[in-house]
Amino acid sequence: MHSWGGRAVLTDVFDALILLSNFVIIPVLTYGSQLALGALGITLIYGILRFANFAHGDLMAFGTMVTVLMTWWLQSIGVGLGPLPTALLALPVAIAITIVMVLFIDKSVFKFYRRKRSAPALFVIASIGVMFVLNGIVRFIIGPNDQRFSDGERFIIKARAFKQMTGLNEGLAIKVSQGLTISIAFLLVVALFWFLQRTRTGKAMRAYSDNEDLALLSGINPERVVMVTWIITATLATIAGTLYGLDKSFKPFTYFQLLLPLFAAAIVGGIGNPLGAILGGYVVAFSEVSITYAYKKFLKYLVPENWEPDGLVQFLSTDYKFAVSFIILVLVLLIRPTGILRGRVI
Amino acid sequence: MSNAQRSALSFAVMAALLMVVGFSQSWPLMLTILNLCLISAVMALGVNIQWGYAGLFNVGTMGFAALGGVAAVLVSKAPVPEAWAAGGSNLFMGALLFALTVAATVVAYRRIPKGPLRVLALSGIIIIGIIATRYFFDPAIADIEAVNPAVTGYLGGLGLPILFSWAAGGLFAAGAAWIIGKITLGLRSDYLAIATLGISEIIIALLKNEDWLTRGVKNVAGLSRPVPYEVDLQKSDWFIGGTEWLNSSALEGLAASDRADLLSNLVIQHSGVFVKLGYAGLFTVVLVVVLGMSVMALNSPWGRMMRAIRDNEVSAAAMGKDVTGRRLQVFIVGSAVVGIAGAMLTTLDGQLTPGSYNPLRFTFLIWVMVIVGGSGNNLGSVLGGFLIWFIWIEAEPVGVWLIDFATSWMDDTSPLRLHLMDSAQHMRLFMMGLVLLLVMRFNPGGILPEVTKARAQ
Repeated sequence: MHSWGGRAVLTDVFDALILLSNFVIIPVLTYGSQLALGALGITLIYGILRFANFAHGDLMAFGTMVTVLMTWWLQSIGVGLGPLPTALLALPVAIAITIVMVLFIDKSVFKFYRRKRSAPALFVIASIGVMFVLNGIVRFIIGPNDQRFSDGERFIIKARAFKQMTGLNEGLAIKVSQGLTISIAFLLVVALFWFLQRTRTGKAMRAYSDNEDLALLSGINPERVVMVTWIITATLATIAGTLYGLDKSFKPFTYFQLLLPLFAAAIVGGIGNPLGAILGGYVVAFSEVSITYAYKKFLKYLVPENWEPDGLVQFLSTDYKFAVSFIILVLVLLIRPTGILRGRVI
Repeated sequence: MSNAQRSALSFAVMAALLMVVGFSQSWPLMLTILNLCLISAVMALGVNIQWGYAGLFNVGTMGFAALGGVAAVLVSKAPVPEAWAAGGSNLFMGALLFALTVAATVVAYRRIPKGPLRVLALSGIIIIGIIATRYFFDPAIADIEAVNPAVTGYLGGLGLPILFSWAAGGLFAAGAAWIIGKITLGLRSDYLAIATLGISEIIIALLKNEDWLTRGVKNVAGLSRPVPYEVDLQKSDWFIGGTEWLNSSALEGLAASDRADLLSNLVIQHSGVFVKLGYAGLFTVVLVVVLGMSVMALNSPWGRMMRAIRDNEVSAAAMGKDVTGRRLQVFIVGSAVVGIAGAMLTTLDGQLTPGSYNPLRFTFLIWVMVIVGGSGNNLGSVLGGFLIWFIWIEAEPVGVWLIDFATSWMDDTSPLRLHLMDSAQHMRLFMMGLVLLLVMRFNPGGILPEVTKARAQ
């Protein structure tokens, strides 16, 4: 921090805030939106089909893989969206293919156990089988390595331009992928809630999730509810995976590892409760990012010059981010097992 | 077909499969596969004790296996006195403060009634405890890791024979299971699965990052062995003599120089086989002991009680059985078996590589073994361990062969053919999933289903 002069102090505070925005707030909103979309899929499957779907991470990977392949094809024939990534153009096709895939999986795997009314654990083990199959397919087709498929403009606001405009030391930077993630997630969530609250099918889904027997008695077709749930899940998973891939990169194993923060988000918010999944997504993202961020530079702007911290002021190294989601998970399970927004009782 | 016949036939088929590898590929390869089959079988027994006996859905196998690996390092590596001198006292203080923090947290949790006061007190104790512990731990870690980081940079171990680590691995895993079980065993089955999945990831993260303990991603190589080294065997007279005796017919009637060449080649080949056989012998002993104890436990009143708890928790509780206590017990025992197998695996590898632990291989694959083999049946788990490991390894050459065959009409430089040939190795994941799904669907009990009284008659 500068000596205690009015304007200089104000600049320091702004610098600190922009730093925080670049490295904590915007990444949290982006990552949180991606987690929320993924966790919504998990929570819907849990609410309607009543099992924890371990194949969800790999379903996201599958959808993203189709997007990546479509994007490459579009790029090769010279079709693009100008400043926006071509992947957006590829998305609808990828969603359609992923929907076909999940409906096929449901028909060939899960339907059997649903008919037999098997224990939830059997569904979970079956989903582990599906996880292996999807994982194998993705690695077989696109390989286990990192793939980049983002194109178009990289930034909405560039750090240097922002610095020149404002004369601050730190420049605000917002990537196109971040802006896209947040806005698409917002639109999707609004659409989903409109669907669940207002349409006949959405109401049927909620009724089925609330009380299966009662829903069946009132003439709701369970297979249709299940089908719509899979369609929504596949759509959300493909979009979440693509947005994550645009923001970072596409690597099948990373998607598999997303399973843990996704479950944490769904459970923390209250599993079976869609609003909870969204809240949980942001809670998990915020904890992961804020606990593994090194606050040294941030504090440098805010404290007097000779109070500067020696260390990085980082609570945990970034390698422990899984630990963070998990600790939140355990705390919630111990203190409030139904999750923040009262999901299904365990 | 009776259960005994079915088991005998299945194991005979398994043995035949291994023989095919021996004759068509090579015997050392067959022994390599066999050794990992034996370790996998022990691991599968551990999971079967939890899932098959008691219905506990633990998908944290990887973490317990990794703890076994840590035990192998901490027991067998020579201690690093410089590191102890540099950071020992601070480390001790840190550990003391950590223990105090945990104790204070537990006392506060028990003594203060539920409410905002308890939350406040607990957060206060934990935050102060973390700061105080790190005040000593951080410099200790920095000092220890600064000691000759290219070679050591960690505390080393006890310098004991590595065989002790198998027991230590079991104890480590049991200790961890006790803590984890205390926290998570109250959860519903699929929640327990998610919780244990998370814990295993945390254990791996610790191994990768706590360099002072395990050297992290720098790996600990050159672990001592419970069996002789090939080079020592090749120099020892009794081994050369034995090789000569075994191959006396092949060596007969050769010129002196040819004979010496052939003999030295044979000695090199045989030393490798001898070492692998040594491991196989040790692993077989462990497998037989664990299997024998598992069978006895399952057929004892304790085993019947576990199955009663698994099949109907409420009525078992009504009969006066301590459901939570028994679950904790079986969770600890099963994890300990996995820990033993983990230590065996690291011993066989001769190194601890935290980066190589992957949940697909170390958790879910073990689950496939248990389900395909037959959950609740110990012999089934052993068979599953053998068969699934065999498929896991042989899926790659078979996949390459199949794709080579299927794409043989294409040009050799065709990009599609090259890509497919390159990706053939990933077919094993697909195959595993398919095997699991098919067995669950068409043969839900597994290859050797659980033996119940009704079915045994």
